[in-house]
Amino acid sequence: MDTPDKRAAATPAPQAAASVGAPHPDAHPGFARGGSIADWVDARIPYRATVKKHLTEYYAPKNFNAWYSFGGIALLVFVIQIVSGIFLTMSYNPSAEGAFASVEYIMRDVYYGWLVRYIHSTGASFFFIAVYLHMFRALLYGSHRAPRELVWILGMLIFVALMAEAFFGYLLPWGQTSYWGAQVIVNIFGTVPIIGEWLSEFIRGDYAISGVTLNRFFALHVAAIPLVLLVLVFLHLVALHEVGSNNPDGVEIKANKDPATGHPRDGIPFHPYYTVKDIFYAVLFLIVFCMVVFFAPEMGGYFLEYANYQPANPLVTPEHIAPVWYFTPFYAILRAVPPFLGSQVWGVIAMGLSIVLLFLLPWLDRGAVRSIRYRGWYYKTALALFVLSFMILGVLGAVPATEERTILARICTVVYFAFLLLMPWYTKIDKTLPPPERVS
Amino acid sequence: MQDTHDNANRDPHTETQKRRKFLIGASGGLGITAGLLALAGFLNTWRPSRKTKAEGAAVTISVDGMAPSELRKTVWRKKLIWVLARNDEQIRRAQAATNDADLSDPASDDSLQPDYCKNELRSRKKEYFVAIGLCTHLGCSPKWNPDEDGGVFYCACHGSRFDVAGRVFSGSPAPSNLVIPPHYFDDAGNVVIGADEEPPAA
Repeated sequence: MDTPDKRAAATPAPQAAASVGAPHPDAHPGFARGGSIADWVDARIPYRATVKKHLTEYYAPKNFNAWYSFGGIALLVFVIQIVSGIFLTMSYNPSAEGAFASVEYIMRDVYYGWLVRYIHSTGASFFFIAVYLHMFRALLYGSHRAPRELVWILGMLIFVALMAEAFFGYLLPWGQTSYWGAQVIVNIFGTVPIIGEWLSEFIRGDYAISGVTLNRFFALHVAAIPLVLLVLVFLHLVALHEVGSNNPDGVEIKANKDPATGHPRDGIPFHPYYTVKDIFYAVLFLIVFCMVVFFAPEMGGYFLEYANYQPANPLVTPEHIAPVWYFTPFYAILRAVPPFLGSQVWGVIAMGLSIVLLFLLPWLDRGAVRSIRYRGWYYKTALALFVLSFMILGVLGAVPATEERTILARICTVVYFAFLLLMPWYTKIDKTLPPPERVS
Repeated sequence: MQDTHDNANRDPHTETQKRRKFLIGASGGLGITAGLLALAGFLNTWRPSRKTKAEGAAVTISVDGMAPSELRKTVWRKKLIWVLARNDEQIRRAQAATNDADLSDPASDDSLQPDYCKNELRSRKKEYFVAIGLCTHLGCSPKWNPDEDGGVFYCACHGSRFDVAGRVFSGSPAPSNLVIPPHYFDDAGNVVIGADEEPPAA
């Protein structure tokens, strides 16, 4: 690119001034003299076109219901976590000697430190609540189906990154559950044949969980994974806006456009219609969120576990350790699979598959329609059983294992996998209703 | 300049394209190689550091005056180490259980221990049992229950059980017996963990 100076030097003086201020070939008013500052900026970065494309002229189906609020709510929680997290790092000390005490310092001595920490810890749980409901919405209305496969896959990547973010963050208070939870999860990598021992040592940077591990998990939690999440959320929205939103009827609004305007007849501009609606739901959400932050931040030991109020002690494992509630369904699957051929790796494989198979959902689902409203009894029953088994697994993963509970966990694990693996079959033979031409 | 004659009949356009392709391939390949080498440097920072390794040197714990069935603990390489003083009854039970079908690996063939501990009591001296006090399943620390069946290590996390020689009972999720670290007994009534024998005097 030539700088104006170079260009001026290359041309005779009288024309030089004119060429710098001359109208741009695009004839954008922002390149003319005497235009507004807004025009000047828009000529250099296309904010108006962007606002149009993604807000004021992004046509979303007119029939969204409350299920469609959770994407926006998840985004709101993401912002809350980043802001509260930044303020926590200012008073937190990521060392084995100082971490536990610095969290107590935040809770007792930093003005309003308790509020920032409770917002952050409650936000972690609410992030998962929003994301789980958001994913369930997709299963209800077939939002994962073509042409939205990449929206779904990017969403699944966000889910996996979120689990990593939560796991790394949970070590930071350096309490008993932090320490022993990390010990168990890192040792899961130790079950990989041959390289397992080396791999878990590589992840920890030490022979056991130590200050070295704490320091790197801190770096991953506050810098690396949030950046990954930011990029993934951006791509999730770019992909969504390219193909357009699905809706509770699961019919394509782009199939019916007004020839005069070129806009879908059943679409309404995202702004102001859905921005206002999303603000309404955000307020409802914040009411519940604040009630938890102020009155039940520990949520009976499920959001903040009681054993974590004791400093990490490598010599004593707490009597009962369980992961935080949002990991318990997958943890229950890990425990439900018995060792086989003298190896524990099968439970780990099952747990990994329980997440990997979800990525394949757009291709496993062969239903003639997208929405639950027009699906037959097979899919409705399968989805109900899946949700039920997921919740039972969630409860089982939080309590100590007994013989009866292990049997129940095995049944629920089978149901979980049957929902996914048999999906190509039962969705295909399901008796569906004809969906309407346009959204109802 | 002697190439000029040979090149005279070649299409100069194709020649340029070829050269361009080669240069793109060569510089791209070099770039990727450099990137991978840099990545290797970053990944290496994750290995246990020189300091961490130095801190993994041998540790000493006294076994002087241990009461029967007493369990002493220390830390070696940030792992919990147990020294258990076994009483006669426990030794007798463990010896009797060597071929018991209730144990997953009674002869410790699939378990980790130094050769000098691959014996029926998995120890150098039969009254002292030295082991890493972490479950071979997922690394929780089992609890010492001296009153259960003459002494059992029970892991509350996932329900594994081990006998007084650290051998895992069948039906436990743990795949192998407790790991025995390298160790030796010195002349002063201590056990040294992290080395197989006394270093020669300088």
